[in-house]
Amino acid sequence: MRTLDVSVVTPDGPVFEGTAEMVSSKAKSGELGVLPGHIPLVAPLTISAVRVKQDGKTQYVAVSGGFIEVRPEKVTILAQAAELADEIEVNRAEAAKERAERRLAETNQSDLDQARAEYALRRAINRLDVAKHR
Amino acid sequence: MALRDIKARIDATKKTKQITKAMEMVSAAALNRAEQNTKRFTPYMDKMQEVVTSIASGSRSARHPMLASRPIKKTGYFVITADRGLAGAYNSNVLRHVYRTINERHQSPDEYALIVVGKVGLNFFKRRNMTIIDSITGLPDQPSFADIKAIASKAVGLYANETFDELYMYYNHFVSAIQSELTERKVLPLTGFEGTVSSNAAYEYEPSEEEILEVLLPQYAESLIYGALLDAKAAEHASRMTAMRNATDNADDLIGQFTLTYNRERQAAITQEITEIVGGVAALE
Repeated sequence: MRTLDVSVVTPDGPVFEGTAEMVSSKAKSGELGVLPGHIPLVAPLTISAVRVKQDGKTQYVAVSGGFIEVRPEKVTILAQAAELADEIEVNRAEAAKERAERRLAETNQSDLDQARAEYALRRAINRLDVAKHR
Repeated sequence: MALRDIKARIDATKKTKQITKAMEMVSAAALNRAEQNTKRFTPYMDKMQEVVTSIASGSRSARHPMLASRPIKKTGYFVITADRGLAGAYNSNVLRHVYRTINERHQSPDEYALIVVGKVGLNFFKRRNMTIIDSITGLPDQPSFADIKAIASKAVGLYANETFDELYMYYNHFVSAIQSELTERKVLPLTGFEGTVSSNAAYEYEPSEEEILEVLLPQYAESLIYGALLDAKAAEHASRMTAMRNATDNADDLIGQFTLTYNRERQAAITQEITEIVGGVAALE
């Protein structure tokens, strides 16, 4: 069976490297599944889970945006932060979620702070979701 | 100098030497890790560069404010310094150059804005009443991307909302353990893509090139800043290591000199005592 090389890289180093039969991700324009031999493609990702299927098992990776670069034999995901499902610290994610919710509840703040809190909340929820798949 | 005073100086210098020696070793270890951080960051940056180049150079149609120069009303300066001194000329190198450049280029404080990393730089510019719009201090020795993300995206945001119309970055580039090089780099608008031919097949863009640039370019600019910070950190550790090694060597020299003086004085005292005794005995006979 044909496979793809997959790597997920962040500024703090590679998070995942391996081969896979299929990579699914959530691009801004919708769900995006990549099989070997895909045409070269670049697409921005949403804050979501990337699913890497290898040997019948699925590895979940939480990414905070970034984008995906596809070539026929290789998929590279560039994100400012990414974590494997097994490596997510649930306590920290939960604390981040509560913090973001508290901040969203405060009404007297600028649009920028509001947007930032919302962004933080989405990231925390995403991490918690992904952590369920360990 | 009395014998006891010399002895005290020797002891004091020995203690100083212990400290500088320890600081040298700490910096050497930190430098080692800083080099590893840079190594880990490189694949990300390379890939980023590759994709940005292929989009920015490939298409004539793609337009983005970060790629286009506009009339300069205000210039941003991103200056990277350390939180502490004791690193030789590391901080003063950068600060002196930035200070001179700003004074040459700008007549009034409205024409520039500073973003400063590090306590030393912050104090320097504050004392001179220069316009600082943002600063960050107390970065760890091995900063992660999350540590710098806020200030990097703010710098990029200030360019996007036209607070300033170009952004320069000043830092010490790490060349080797004993050498660093003052670097001036224009971050925004992004340039240098023309003429570089992308080697890969043309990409499909989903949904469109413009929307990808929207995500990609700020991320790219932020990584440029993070890359510079890692580089500057490595240079900082290297220069602190060198400075501390010099200090340790100097302490050794001083200890040698003091010990020599000490022995000479002691010998002189003994000789004098013997002369006195001999003199005393001679007087009795």
